[in-house]
Amino acid sequence: MTNKTKIEAEKVNFFYGEVRALKDVSMCVQENMITALIGPSGCGKSTFLRTLNRMNDLIPRTTLAGKIFIDGEDIYSPAVDVVELRKKVGMVFQKSNPFPKTIFDNVAYGPRAHGVIDKATLAFIVEKSLKRAALWDEVKDKLKQSAMELSGGQQQRLCIARALAINPEIILMDEPASALDPIATAKIEELTRDLKKKYTIVIVTHNMQQAARVSDCTGFFLLGELIEFNATNKIFTAPQDKRTEDYITGRFG
Amino acid sequence: MKKEKIYQHIAFFGLRLSVLTIISVLGLILWFLAKEGFSALSWEFLTQPPKNGMTEGGIFPALVGTLYLTSGAILFALPLGVFAAIYLTEYAYQGRFVRIIRLGVNNLAGVPSVVFGLFGLAMLVEYCGFGPSILAGSLTLGILILPTIIRTSEEALLAVPQTYREASLALGVGKWHTIYKAVLPSAIPGILTGSILGIGRAAGETAPIIFTAACFYAPRLPHSIFDQVMALPFHLYVLATEGTHFEKTLPIQYGTALVLLGLVLGINLIAIVIRTGLRKKMR
Repeated sequence: MTNKTKIEAEKVNFFYGEVRALKDVSMCVQENMITALIGPSGCGKSTFLRTLNRMNDLIPRTTLAGKIFIDGEDIYSPAVDVVELRKKVGMVFQKSNPFPKTIFDNVAYGPRAHGVIDKATLAFIVEKSLKRAALWDEVKDKLKQSAMELSGGQQQRLCIARALAINPEIILMDEPASALDPIATAKIEELTRDLKKKYTIVIVTHNMQQAARVSDCTGFFLLGELIEFNATNKIFTAPQDKRTEDYITGRFG
Repeated sequence: MKKEKIYQHIAFFGLRLSVLTIISVLGLILWFLAKEGFSALSWEFLTQPPKNGMTEGGIFPALVGTLYLTSGAILFALPLGVFAAIYLTEYAYQGRFVRIIRLGVNNLAGVPSVVFGLFGLAMLVEYCGFGPSILAGSLTLGILILPTIIRTSEEALLAVPQTYREASLALGVGKWHTIYKAVLPSAIPGILTGSILGIGRAAGETAPIIFTAACFYAPRLPHSIFDQVMALPFHLYVLATEGTHFEKTLPIQYGTALVLLGLVLGINLIAIVIRTGLRKKMR
C-alpha cells in the first residue's frame, strides 16, 4: 500500500433517523486499487459506499457525522457541489438500471447532460466507454436498439460504460454481480481488474471469493463497524480479529 | 377442495356479471344514441348553424365552441397540473404540508361541477372582468379537470422506478435534468391517460360553462377568446329543456349527443395512439 490516498474517511457515523448504521468508520482508500467491502447483510457496507458520492443525501431524515476527504477535499463541506462530486465519483448499482432508451443514448446520457452536443464527440465517447466496459464488440451493430433487450450481464456492463462515459476518477460498485450468472460475473470481475489501471474502485460484495479474487484491500464490516481493514491477502490468510476469521471461514454471516 | 372450487365459481361468476352489466349499459347507451341520432347526421348538420329557432339546420357553432373550450381547458390545466405533480412528487418535502395539499386536491376532484361554474362566474366573469367568454369558460373547465390531471400525473411519476432517478443523479446530473430526461419520458404515457380523462370531462360538462361561456345561440363563430360561444352539451341542454318545439328537435338532440360522444372518442383515440407509440419507443 504505497499508493497515494484517494479517499479518506474519518470517524464516519451515519444515522437513519435514530438508527446508527455506521459507527466511527475510518478508512483510507488507495488510488488505482480495488478496495472490497465485505460483511453480512445490514452491516453498513452499502451505506458506507453511498456516503462516498453522497447518494444517501437522497434519503430523508438521515444524518452524517465525521469527515470524508476525496483528494484531500472534505466532500461534506457546504462549499462542495454534489453534482460535481458525483461526476468525479461514478456508481454502479446492485441491480442493473439502464434507462428505457437505446444503448447509445444510455451511454451518451451523462455527457449530453453535461453539455456535449457534438455528434462526433458523443460517438467517440460512447465507443470508448463501451470498449472500456468490454461491451463494444457485442453491441457495436445495435447501438440504436433498446438497452432493455440486452441480457442482465450486458446491461450491467452497459451501466459501467454509462458511468465511465462521464470520465470519473472513482467508481463505486454496489454488489455489481449479485444478480448475474457465473459467466457474466467472471466478465465483470475481469473488467473490474482491468479498470483499476485508470480508476480507483470501491466494491461492495457479498461474495467473499469475489473479494479475494479482485481486490487489493478488503474491509470487513459488522453491525456498522469496520472491524478490520487490510491488504486482501492478509485479511484472507491471517485475519487479526476473531470476528473476521469467523466470517471468512463461514462460521456466521 | 370441492368447496374451494364452488367458491371460485361463484366469485368468477360475480366478476363476469359485473363486467357484463357495465358493458351492456354502455352498449345500450351507444346503441340507443346511434339509432336515434344517426338519421340527423349529415354533412350539413356538422357544417351549418342552427336555423328556424333551432328546429332545423346544424350544430357547427356548438361543435367549434366545444373544441375551443376543451382545447383551452387542456392548454391551461395540463402544464399547470403536470408541474404541480412534479413539485409534489419530486421536490416537496413529504411532510404534513404535502399531505394537506394532496387532501385538498382529492377533495377538489369531488366538488360538484356547478360549484366550479359559480366560482368561474364570481372570480373570472365578474371579478377578473372576462365576461362570459371562451377564456372564462376554458379556465373554469381547466380548474375543474386540474385535480384529475394532478392525481394521474402524480401516480404516473411515482410509478417511474426510483432506479432511474438514482442512475441519473449518480452520473452527476442535476435534479431538474434528471426529472426532465430520465423521469418524465417514462411518465408521459400515464400523464396522457390523465389528460384523456380530463378532455372527456371538459368536453361533456354543462354546469361550469352555463354561467361562464355558453350562449343560447350565436349566429357567427367567435372572433376572439372574449367572445361567448355555443357548446355541444349546453346546446343539448337548451334543446331538451327550453325549446318550444321540444318534440320537433328530438333528432337534433340525439344527433348532437352522438357528435359530442364522437368528438370525445376521437380526441381520446388520438391520445391513445400517441400513448401506444410512446410505449413502444420506451421498450
